[in-house]
Amino acid sequence: MRRIGIDVGGTNTDAVLIEEGKVVRAVKAPTSEDVTTGILDALKSLGSTGVLGGKRIDGVMIGTTHFINAVVQRRHLTRVAALRLGMPASASLPPFCDWPEDLAELVRGGVWMVEGGHEYDGRPFMPLDEAAVTKAAQEMKAKGLKSVAISSIFSPLDNSHEKRAAELVAAVIPDAIITCSSDLGRIGLLERENAGLLNAALADLSRDTIAAFEKSIADSGIAAPLFITQNDGTVAEAHQARRLPVYSFASGATNSMRGAAYLSGLADAMVVDVGGTTTDVGQLKLGFPREANSVVKVGGVRTLFRMPDLLSIGLGGGSHVSLDPLKVGPVSVGYRLLKDAVAFGGKQLTTTDVAIASGRLPIGDKAKVAHLDAATCQKVFAEAARLAEEAIDRMKTEAGDVPLIAVGGGAFLIPDKLPGVSKVIHVEHGDCANAVGAAIAQVSGECDQIFRDMTRTEALAAAQGIANDRAVAAGADRATLSTIESEDMPLAYLPGNSVRVRVRVVGDVAAT
Amino acid sequence: MSQRELSLDDIEALAVGAWVLGTGGGGNPYLPLLNMRALYRDGHRVRLMDAADLADDDWVGTVANMGAPLVGQERLTDSLTLARAVKLMERHIGHRFAALMSMEIGGANGVRPFMAAAHLDLPVLDSDTMGRAYPEAQMTSVSVGGLAPYPLTAVDVRGFESIVHKVPTWKWTERVARKICVEYGSVAATCQPPRTAAEVKQWGIHGTTTKAIAIGQAVREAQRRHEDPVAAILSVEPGKLLFRGKVVDVARRATEGFLRGILKLDGLDDCRGSAMTINFQNEWIVSFRDGQPLAMTPDLICVLDSVSGEAVGSETIRYGQRVTVIALPPPAVFLSPRGLDTVGPRAFGYDIDFRSVFDS
Repeated sequence: MRRIGIDVGGTNTDAVLIEEGKVVRAVKAPTSEDVTTGILDALKSLGSTGVLGGKRIDGVMIGTTHFINAVVQRRHLTRVAALRLGMPASASLPPFCDWPEDLAELVRGGVWMVEGGHEYDGRPFMPLDEAAVTKAAQEMKAKGLKSVAISSIFSPLDNSHEKRAAELVAAVIPDAIITCSSDLGRIGLLERENAGLLNAALADLSRDTIAAFEKSIADSGIAAPLFITQNDGTVAEAHQARRLPVYSFASGATNSMRGAAYLSGLADAMVVDVGGTTTDVGQLKLGFPREANSVVKVGGVRTLFRMPDLLSIGLGGGSHVSLDPLKVGPVSVGYRLLKDAVAFGGKQLTTTDVAIASGRLPIGDKAKVAHLDAATCQKVFAEAARLAEEAIDRMKTEAGDVPLIAVGGGAFLIPDKLPGVSKVIHVEHGDCANAVGAAIAQVSGECDQIFRDMTRTEALAAAQGIANDRAVAAGADRATLSTIESEDMPLAYLPGNSVRVRVRVVGDVAAT
Repeated sequence: MSQRELSLDDIEALAVGAWVLGTGGGGNPYLPLLNMRALYRDGHRVRLMDAADLADDDWVGTVANMGAPLVGQERLTDSLTLARAVKLMERHIGHRFAALMSMEIGGANGVRPFMAAAHLDLPVLDSDTMGRAYPEAQMTSVSVGGLAPYPLTAVDVRGFESIVHKVPTWKWTERVARKICVEYGSVAATCQPPRTAAEVKQWGIHGTTTKAIAIGQAVREAQRRHEDPVAAILSVEPGKLLFRGKVVDVARRATEGFLRGILKLDGLDDCRGSAMTINFQNEWIVSFRDGQPLAMTPDLICVLDSVSGEAVGSETIRYGQRVTVIALPPPAVFLSPRGLDTVGPRAFGYDIDFRSVFDS
C-alpha cells in the first residue's frame, strides 16, 4: 500500500508519502491563496525527491479547512432552497430560524414547509404532500435556485419522505443539487437541518474545490484516486465528499490526532498538538479522537457534527512572550514567524525565540536571542507547561496517569514530565502528524437510531448491521470492518423499552 | 392590577434561570426561547403579574408540555398548539382565564406559558406549582394541597383534542394523560387542571419566574464580565456550594418511562480527594459526598457547567465535564409531612429521612 497524505493548513501544506505503513518522506510547502498551487507544489516537491519513482499510488488523501473557512468567512456560498417536510409540526420554528442574520441573508434563497414526516416509532406523522412538494419545486425553479436542502421530522429513523421529495424536486429541476438531512444523521431536527443547509450552501464551492484537487493531482503526473478526509478521522471517496462537504469541516485536528496515534503506535492516549497559534488537546480512544456529543457551532450555526472533542488554548510556537510581567500567548505572530520573531530579525519575542536561546531548536540566529539567560528561558517554559498542563487535565477523563503524545511544529513547548501524565512521547515526523493522519485514514459507517421492543443485544446487533452496510457503501472493505464506538441510551418517557443506539465502524479502503 | 411587561432580555435570562431550576430535567428551554424571540420579532409582548393582584374568583390556566425530550427535538415546541390547549380548557369549563401560569418553572416548561400568553394576550402569574422540575404530574404543590386533579386538556399539533374529564387522584391524571401523550407521538401540549385565583394564592409557589430571571441575569452578567457565574448565582440566591469536580462516570437506565441513573464526580480545587455521586430520575434527586447523603429532594440540586455557569441536564451530561454542584432552598410547601410524602426521598424510592442541607 502506497498513499500520499496532504494537509492544507492555514500556513503550510504538508505532504507525506507512506509506503507499507512507513513514512518514507515528508515535505512542506507554503499554502497558496488558491490552495491548489500549494498542493501542486507539495506534490512536485515530493516527486522531486525521487521517492515516487513512477510507482503506483493507491490514493491521495487530502484534508482541508476550505469548507469551514468559507462558512466562517461567509465566502463562496450558494443560495439555498430549504424544504421541510413535517407540517403542521414545528411551524413556529422554520428553517434558518436560529442562524446569524448575516449568514442567513447570504444563504436563504427561500423556505418551503409542507406536510410529511414520521414519528419516533416509525409511524408516519403525516402523509407526504407530494403536490405541495412539486409546487415548491416549481417556485424554486422560478427563483433560479438549484441547491436544495430537504429535511423531514425523524428522518434518521425513516428517510423515505426525504428521498421521495428529492425525486419530485429533481423531476422539476433536473440539475438540482439536493442534500437530504438524513444523510447527515442524528436526531435533532434544527441541528440536522442546519447541517443540511450548510451543506447545500457549499454545493458550488465543493464541486469546484474537488475538481481543482483532482486537477492538481493530474497535473503533478500522479494517477491515483482522490479521497477527502472527514471530521471523524476517516476518508470519503471524492464523489461522496463532493456531495457532503460538511463532513470535512474539522478534519485537520482529527488528522493530527490520528497521525499521532499512528506514529506512536498507541491507541489510547492524550494528544497535544501544538501549532503556531493554538494548542489542541484531545483524547484518543481505540486510535480515534473522542467525539464531542454536544452541539457544535460552525460560523454561528448550531449543528450536530461528528467532531472531535478538543480543547483549544492560545499557545503555540508563534505565541507572543512578554517577560515582565511574565505572559505567554494567546496572541501569536502566526504565519509571520519567520519574519517577526526576534531570532529571525523581527521585533516580537516568541516562544520559538526562547526555544532557540535555550538550544531546544536548532534554527534562526541564536546570537539575536543571546540576551535571554537560562533562568528566563526556564520561567517561560514553565509558564507554557502550566498552560498545557491545565488544558490536558481538563480533557482527561480518567483519574490515573495516561501517556501523552506531543505533535505539531510547536511540540518543543511540551516538557518531558507533566503531572497526571505517565510519559510524554515525541515522535519522528510529529510536525507532519496531520498529513500522516490523512494518509492512513480509513472509511467509516455510522448508525444512530431508536429501536423498540428489542433486547439491548438485539438493538446493538441491528445498529451494527446498518453501520456496516453504510461503511461498505462508502467504500470500505467489509472484511476489515471493526466497531470503534457503541453506545446505547435508554429513552425517558418513551414506551416499549425504547433505546437509542449509536454504533460506528471503520474499515480499510477497499481495493478498486 | 400591576403587570410588568417583560423585555426580550428578561426572557433570555428566564431561559437560563429556568434551566438552572430544572435541576437536571425539565428539558432545555432553548426551543421555547427561539419561539419567544420569533414572537417578539413579530411584535408580541408578554406581561408578568402577582397572583395576589387577581380577584379570588378569577380563573387561572396552567400550561405545560408533556412528552419525551427526544421527541421534542424533532417535533419542535409550538406556541399556537399551547394556546389551543388553553382555549380548549376555557370551552370545556365555560370560564375565561384571567391569567396563565407555569406548572413547573424548571426547564422548558418555565418559558412555555409565555408562548401561549403571547397569542392569547393574557398575563402570566409569577408563580408555579413545583418551584423546580419534577418528573411526574402529581409532584406539585397543588397535589400536596389536595386540589382537584381534573380536568386536563391535551392537544396535538395536527388538531387532535383530548380531555381527561375526571380521575380520582393526581397519579391517575399522570397515568391517563401519559397514555394520550404516547398515542400522539410522545408529545402533547396540555392545560393542567384549572385553578381559581384563591387556590393559586394559597397553594402556588410564588415569585419563581422572577427568581429564574434573577438567576439568569446573574449568570449572563458574570459571563459578560468574565467573572465566576456560580458565585454570581449564589449572590442572588441563598444557595450553598456543595462540590466542584469532574464527571468520571454516568450510568443511565430507563425504567418505567424514566431516565434513572447515577452521576459520579471526582473533586477538583478544594474538593480534591473527595467524591460525589448524584442519583437521578430525570432530575437530580439525592447527592452523596464520600458515601454520606448530602442534599436531597425537595432541596434543589443544580449541576452547573463550572465555566459557563449554565445548567447541565441528566440526559446530556458526559464524561470529563467540569461541573459545580449547588443546592437551592426548597419551596416551603414540600417540607410538610404531606409535601415530603409527595416529593421527598421516599417518593423516589430512597429509604432516607429527609434532611435539608440548609439545616446543617
